[in-house]
Amino acid sequence: MGAIFYISAAVAVAATVGVITRYNAVHALLYLIVSLLAISLIFYILGAPLAAALEAIIYAGAIMVLFIFVIMILNLGPQAVRRERSWLKPRMWVGPAALALILAGELVYLLESGPAGAQAGTASVGPEPVGATLFGPYLLGVELASLLLLAGLVGAFHLGRRETGEETAGEQEIQTGVAKAEGAAVEEPGAALGGE
Amino acid sequence: MSELRNIIVPLITVFGVIIIAMSMAAGLIWLERRLLALWQDRYGPNRVGPFGLLQVLADLIKIISKEDWVPPFADAAVFVVAPAAMFIPVLLTFAVISYTPGIAVTDLNIGLLFFLAMSSLTVYGVVLAGWASDSKYSLLGGMRAAAQMLSYEVFMSLSLMGVVMLAGSFDLRQIVEAQRGLWYVVPQFPGMLIFLTAGVAETRRLPFDLPEAEGELVAGFHAEYSGMKFALFFIEEYLGITLVSVLISVLFFGGWLGPLLPPLAWLAIKTMFFISLFILLRATFPRPRYDQLMSFGWKVMLPLALTNLVVTGGIILAAR
Repeated sequence: MGAIFYISAAVAVAATVGVITRYNAVHALLYLIVSLLAISLIFYILGAPLAAALEAIIYAGAIMVLFIFVIMILNLGPQAVRRERSWLKPRMWVGPAALALILAGELVYLLESGPAGAQAGTASVGPEPVGATLFGPYLLGVELASLLLLAGLVGAFHLGRRETGEETAGEQEIQTGVAKAEGAAVEEPGAALGGE
Repeated sequence: MSELRNIIVPLITVFGVIIIAMSMAAGLIWLERRLLALWQDRYGPNRVGPFGLLQVLADLIKIISKEDWVPPFADAAVFVVAPAAMFIPVLLTFAVISYTPGIAVTDLNIGLLFFLAMSSLTVYGVVLAGWASDSKYSLLGGMRAAAQMLSYEVFMSLSLMGVVMLAGSFDLRQIVEAQRGLWYVVPQFPGMLIFLTAGVAETRRLPFDLPEAEGELVAGFHAEYSGMKFALFFIEEYLGITLVSVLISVLFFGGWLGPLLPPLAWLAIKTMFFISLFILLRATFPRPRYDQLMSFGWKVMLPLALTNLVVTGGIILAAR
């Protein structure tokens, strides 16, 4: 088990480095997916199969697909790669590297100062205890989180909704599309204020 | 001796499952063409070997000997990785299915979640293939696939939660054991219908094959692929059909349970029935428009899945 842990940890670190250093946005996202899957494997080794499955389903399987979807729609070409390359100069590495070094120093200190918190290889926690805990002592937290998501959903609906006059047939829309776009740009601040 | 047994038996199971799944997928190519021909009143492949059975072999020789071509305008690395990224998760899912009381590659206590995780990873193969090809038809196919599979995954997982609540486990073996008294198709009939629909959409089969849609997008996401890379997409589709059929049998129709015949035979019979149903769907339905597909998913299937979940939970709570 120890060997598998170190291999997947190394994969996670290498993939994360790949995320930062790639110039092409889609390649960076692919590295991020690999990193998330490696972390999911680490969760599984540490005895949290439910967290591992959720990491793969939600992060790697749902959120990252949306990211890739959006970047595909943007359709970034070679010029975007060139722009990224001009932004990512060696000078840019100083700040993040210093912060990461502080974190690494803290990690080494904690590891040196003896066993802290949970250790690897403890008992595996199945789905049932997790569910019982979430909907027992932490019920209020779960409900608050769902309220937050609902608020996000309503907000996204408000931003993505068509204006009332626009739900007519497609042909009309094309003819008056320009006028509508201008009208919408004028109406937007008022609508947003009204919403608040 | 027993140590050797501990190594050899799992190895036989692993390779047996892979070999059977792969040859099922290859055999399905022939079965689909024959069955479609039967339902459309023509002959289908009947020249090579008995009943045209060796047609698969002939196709394989042809596809291996074709040029394996990467378009110069494509993103070469992603273009090569995409078919494998699609193929591997589907093959991995066969590991958590329990075929008989004794035969299963692994008894994962989150088996069903593992299937959902893997099926959400298959999206990448389609999306990346469409993006890496750098052709407008492929890109459109990839974008359709991303939106379609993401939407249909939402209520695919929701439709399975009714089964999980009844069985009280994500473990596929325990789900089958819990169906000894009554197959879950009876209490979970809406869940079964929703899962079947989502399964067709997830495997991108007709009537939900809009990512490929050869009438409008040439061949969609795999328009630029040739040779064995194309064959991987092709076999993956049939592996996906096999997988969804096995899962429907295991989750809703009692898996290996059944009188007289051995357990594996019952699972095979049930699976073959659903595979034929998949092919019949292709022979019967026209392809819907894309907006119809999306509004059907979000406005009909999602509320249905949620209602099914609430009603099931309420009945379980009341029965307690």
